[in-house]
Formats: sequence, structure tokens, C-alpha cells
Amino acid sequence: MSAERLLELASVSKTYPGVKALDRVSLHVERGEVLALIGENGAGKSTLMKILGGVVEPSGGAIRIDGAEHAALSVAGAMAAGIAFVHQELNLFDNLDVAANVMIGREPVFGGPLKLVDRKALEARVTPLLQRLGVDFEARTPIANLSLAQRQLVEIAKALSLDARIVIMDEPTSSLTASETARLLKVIAELKAAGVAVIFISHRLNEVEQCADRVVVLRDGAVVGGLSRHEIGHEAMIRLMIGRDLRALYIPPQRPVGEAVLEIAGFRTSAHPSHALDLALHAGEILGMAGLVGAGRTELACALFGVDTPAGGEVRLAGRPVTIRTPRDAIDHGIFLIPEDRKRSGLVLEFSVNENISLANLMAFASGALIGSGAERRNAEERKAALDIRTASIDTLVGTLSGGNQQKVVLAKWLSMTPKVVIFDEPTRGIDVGSKSEIYKLMRGLADDGVAVLMISSDMEEVIGVSDRIVVMREGRIGGFLERTAFSEESVMRLAVGQRDMQEAENVAC
Amino acid sequence: MLKKDLGLFLLIVVVGVVVAILNPRFISPINLANTANLVGLFGLFSIGEGFVIITGGIDLAIGSMFALLGVIFIDLLVTWRVEWWLAVPIIVACGVVLGAVHGFLVTRLKLQPFIVTLCGLLIYRGVARYYTNDGTAGFEFGQSFPTLEWMTAGRTFGVPHSFIVFLLVALVMGVLLHRSVFGRYLFAVGKNEEAARYSGIRTGRIIAAAYVISGGLAGLSSIYLAMYTRSISPASHGNFYELYGIAAAVLGGCSLRGGEGSILGIVLGAILLQMLQNLVNLLGIPSSLNFAVMGTVILIGVLADQQLTRLRGRRRL
Repeated sequence: MSAERLLELASVSKTYPGVKALDRVSLHVERGEVLALIGENGAGKSTLMKILGGVVEPSGGAIRIDGAEHAALSVAGAMAAGIAFVHQELNLFDNLDVAANVMIGREPVFGGPLKLVDRKALEARVTPLLQRLGVDFEARTPIANLSLAQRQLVEIAKALSLDARIVIMDEPTSSLTASETARLLKVIAELKAAGVAVIFISHRLNEVEQCADRVVVLRDGAVVGGLSRHEIGHEAMIRLMIGRDLRALYIPPQRPVGEAVLEIAGFRTSAHPSHALDLALHAGEILGMAGLVGAGRTELACALFGVDTPAGGEVRLAGRPVTIRTPRDAIDHGIFLIPEDRKRSGLVLEFSVNENISLANLMAFASGALIGSGAERRNAEERKAALDIRTASIDTLVGTLSGGNQQKVVLAKWLSMTPKVVIFDEPTRGIDVGSKSEIYKLMRGLADDGVAVLMISSDMEEVIGVSDRIVVMREGRIGGFLERTAFSEESVMRLAVGQRDMQEAENVAC
Repeated sequence: MLKKDLGLFLLIVVVGVVVAILNPRFISPINLANTANLVGLFGLFSIGEGFVIITGGIDLAIGSMFALLGVIFIDLLVTWRVEWWLAVPIIVACGVVLGAVHGFLVTRLKLQPFIVTLCGLLIYRGVARYYTNDGTAGFEFGQSFPTLEWMTAGRTFGVPHSFIVFLLVALVMGVLLHRSVFGRYLFAVGKNEEAARYSGIRTGRIIAAAYVISGGLAGLSSIYLAMYTRSISPASHGNFYELYGIAAAVLGGCSLRGGEGSILGIVLGAILLQMLQNLVNLLGIPSSLNFAVMGTVILIGVLADQQLTRLRGRRRL
């Protein structure tokens, strides 16, 4: 029976230091089948895809292609086996035209050692593929002129040109409009009819319902269930994606929730200018912000912190309207951001712990324009002790510290000043368990001191465990609020995925 | 940083000793004073170049600025009979303005520093040549400015004043770069502009300020160079000098990727460069090989530094 199977994963595992990304995952696809792979952020979908693409080597298990067993695939091996990807972030050269992109690295050449590109042969090979997909652009159209949906079709054409037998699509519809999505689903159906197997990864359950023959659900790196064609439905999928009690992390607040500190009304980010957002952050409260990747949470944080210019709307701080154009304005108002990518935006890695802690508040440690190192170092030593930053000395370069200690340095930078609002964007990503709980304690400490805390997190355990209240974002808008009594993975997931996402997809602009 | 400077200092000592043994005239007071004068002249603008390089940018325009500001300076004194004490600040201010324009184009209009200052290089020299009809601008016969000449080309106990002014400027700029809030911001911006912005640093202003400093020091250098040559043919005056500035900064440990460098390093870099020029003369190497020697030494220096850093990194593991 397994001879029929195009691709089979048997008990594949992947362990990173301290993390089990995949735990004995077994699945298979057959010819002409659409397999949907669903799961929360961080459930292990991308690791699985990287293994199939030959980018990541599994720590255990076997991959069988046409019955032939491999311990690991290489990139070339995956290609030779007919596995092709349509990535979430498109890997196209937008300075080249469609034909050049489809055949990149495999251009037909003439002129012997000169290796001149044979444009005619190139177009002759690409045009039939485009016709097969029924596209409305030509082989010589520059990629820069194409919409996102059209670019996705170019990626699919590229997959076809490789004689792909298995096409893996990672969130292909995340930035498509409803009509573009419909067309993509049609293309998937055609691929299927031609005997190609499709692995379709999506957060949008409606699309999964429409196109999948079978659904496999991943959670915490393991397969938690599968649904066959007639079982596929919203309820069944959500039930499988969730299912744990996650309230153990909670540290109850020491004080009642106070006044609204930061309010936004009709606030629109430049990433989703058509959706007005209304939100209030209260003193003494940890507001968790959940949502799927790309729901517009980081964009909101960046707009509030003055990194991006908002498209419109009002921001009120303690009841008074304020204008925030730059991070400096936000900092002067006591609004601080602990950014998502701490290595890129949070820290100067080649600076010492001391220099990073003082960076946002350097003027306070200076007399005239010169830095008096005494006050600066005293402050850094105090912060190091208060936050228990584990480093040999405050002169150690931040780049050499562990993730948890780096995050504490980012926090120390802000705690040298008086915060009113602190926005944490994915505060514990890539941080070990011990440091995680310390950071939760610090967060609660801030809230108990009367600071309004906004915690953006894709980690369900964290959102449910740490927050006093949850706001869920979906596709650039606020999907809904949840009070603590209503917290559950299911309720968060419901708001994040959307009950009637098809109807609303009509409004999504790319 | 300190290790780098120490290495460069040792290199200077070794080269100095070797040259002195091969040709004792190297350590004659006259030769030392002449070399010091050149170190001063070339060092002044190298410091400004260093500031720009620390932001991750580059300033290619300064050589042409010497030609343009030089002919304007001489014209102010000769044609317009402007008092020298007025002409000097005007020229420095002109340098500051040009630097500010570069800074504006780089930070506000987001043009690449290389392009902006390359255009400056072409424009300023062109304008200078047009301004003088491609002729040579010089002082009139018998015209003299004793105080200005004393300040620029004079000597005290045999030490050229250009060198003293260079050291004073280096001291001030050293404090600015290594002790001030601005200096810390400059390194932060050069190392990680995004993190600097997320820390509330107005990165655009910091970068623009580096171009202003480079422009101002180029203005000051224009005066010193004009008083040194006494006449300016705008087609050749200051040609390639921006490359001397870049070379001194790079020899002194500035990384073209930004975020690295020290004033002490740039001072030592400027000294080493002039020693190499001097060595070519003293050791009877054909002067046509001048640039080749300079290029070779810089290449070897940067290579050695890279290998040493790698070795140190490996030892730490």
C-alpha cells in the first residue's frame, strides 16, 4: 500500500537545543491529493516544510519518496524528487521578467562557452506553463508590474516547470483578496486533476474546507489528529488545534485595574489603513494581544511607538491627545517598546551592557554634553542587580549574552526611566523557560506599579497564562476582547481565525 | 580599539627606526618639521572624514571643496579686500553649509552617501575651474597677512602651527567622539541604526551632524592648504585628497561598515601616511611609485588586522 504513496514521513523528529520542534511526526500524501496542514503559530509547520525542502536535517525518523527511504533530504534532492515550494515570502527577482524568474538557474543557452541566454527558447518553454495556469500576463512581463496574486502564480509556474509532483504552499492566500483566492483555489483543483499532490498550509479554515481532501493538525510539534474529507469542518479543526489548561502561569495582580492610560480611537496603521482600531490600556493591567502572524499587531505597536507613521486617528495619554511622530516623542511621553527582534531593533550588540542600558536616556547621565561615567555605571549596576542580569560585568558586550539576559538588558534600558505604557512584542521568543518566568514576574511588577502593559504574543500559553484581558487581532482589525473568565485556547482561536472569514475576506485589501 | 591603536603606533615606530637607519636625514629637524606640517594639513580633514565613516557613510567631496573654497578664499582677500579675520570664518561657514547640504541629501532625501559626495566632487571642482576661468588664483605681489601667515604656516620652536592646530582639533574631536553623548550616539547609529532609532535617538540629525563636521573641517583645511601652496590651480589643487582622508581613517581602524574608529587611530593613520610619502623621497624610490607604496602598505595593514582579529576570535573559542 505504501508503494502508492508519493511521500511519506515516518516518525520524523527535530530537536533544537532545549526545544523539541517536531516530535515523531508521521504523515503522507498521495498522487492527486490536497493535504491541508494546520496548527497554531509555532506548532511546527515551518520546521516540517524546511525538512521537506532539504534546508533542515531531521534529528530522527525517515522520509520515504516513492517508497525509497531517506534519512534527510538535501535541497537538490528535494528538487530532484519533484518537491516544489510556493513560499509565503515570495522568492522572486522583481527586476527580472516572468520567464527569467521561472527558469532562473536553468536558462536555455546558446553560443557555446559564451552561454548567452536564448530568449526565444526561454519564452517558448514558459508560455505553455502560463497558458496552463490561465494567467492574464505574459512571459515577458516584468515581475515588478504584477500583483501579489500574480506573483504567486509565477511561483506555481516555476514549480510546474520543475515537473513538480508535490507542490507545497505556505500561507499562499495570506495577502490575497477574495477573488484572487478563488482563482488560486481553482489552480489547486487543476493541479490536483493533473495528478500533482498539494500540501496546503493555511490559517484560513474556510479555504481549507473548500480545497482539502484531508487535514492534518499539528500542535506543539506533534500530529494531534487528522480529518478525512467528510469530517472537515470549522468546529472539528478548532477542537483539534487547541486543548490544554494554560492558567498555571498566572500571577494575580496586587491592585485593582486603574484608569485608562493610553487610548486610541479610530487609529489606523499604514499597513492596514482601511481598518480603524479602538483600544484602551489601563493602569495596572496586562493586556495580552493575540492573533495570527500578519494580523497587524506589530504594525500597531510600531505606530504607537512612532517607528511608523500612522495613517490617521487619535492617541490619548491620560485623557489628553498626544502626537507621536518619532520614537523620541513616544519615549518622552513614557511609552516604551520592547521590540520583536531584539537583536535588530532592541540592542546594539557590539555595545556593552552598560552602554545599551543608558542609550535611551543618555542625557540624564551627562553633565553638559559629556558623559559622566560614574552616574551611568551606577545606574547600570543597579539595573543589573534589580533585574538579575547574569553577566560577568556591565562592560561585557551584549552580543555575548544569552537571549533571556539580552531581553533583560532591553528592559533595563526602559526601566532606567519612568514608564507609563510598556509594549512587549513577543517578549519571550527564543528565551529559555527560567528567564521566561522571570520576565513574566517583571511584567506583573510593572503593572502593579501602575504601568499599563500591552503584551503582543503568538504563544498561546503565554497569552492565556499571563494576561488580565486579551484582545485578539485578525487581518488588521480588532477581532474581539476576552475577559479572564472567558479565556480558553478555543475562544482565542475562534477570534483569531474568524467565524465567517470568507465573507470578510471581501474587504481585505492587499 | 586600544590594541589596534597600539599596533599602529608600533608600526610607526618600526618604520621610523628603519628609515632613520637607512637615511639619517629622516630624523633631521628640518625633515621632521616638514613632515609634521604635512601631517597637520592632511590630518585635519582626515578627522572629519573619520566622523562620516563612523556613521557608515563616506565623504568624497572634500578634495574638490579645497579647490572651490580655496579660490573663494583668495578671491575674498585679493579682489574683495575682505579682512582675513572675516574671510576665515566665512570659508569655514561655507564648508559647514556644504556639509549640511550633503547631510540633508543623505538623511532626508535618503540618497546614498557615495553618490551625494561623488556629485559634490564633480560639481565643486567644475565650479572652481569656471570661477577662475581655469586659471590660477594667487595673492598679489607683495600682499601679505602676517598674523594669518603666522597662524597657518608659522612655527614655534620649529613646530609647525598646522601640526599644533591639528593636535588641538584632534583633542577636541577626541573628547566629542569618545566622551560626549553625541559621540556615543554616533557609534550607536553606525553600529545599528535601527536599534538607535528604537532607543529614541534622532538618527538623521546625528548622521547629518557628521557631514557638517566633515564640511567644517574641510573648510578649515582649505585655508591651511591655500596658505601652504599660496596659489591655487583649481584643476589640480586638492586632487585625490579625499582618498588620503579615507586612507588615514581606514589605517586608523575605522570600518567602512560604520560604528568603528577612534580619533587616536586617525591621528596615527595620518602620521603613517605622511611617513610613507617621506620614505619614498628619502630612500630614493622613484616618486612615481608614491601611490603604489601607499596602497600596498594600506592593503597589508588591513589584511594583517583582519587576520589578527580572526586569530584572537579563534583563541577565545
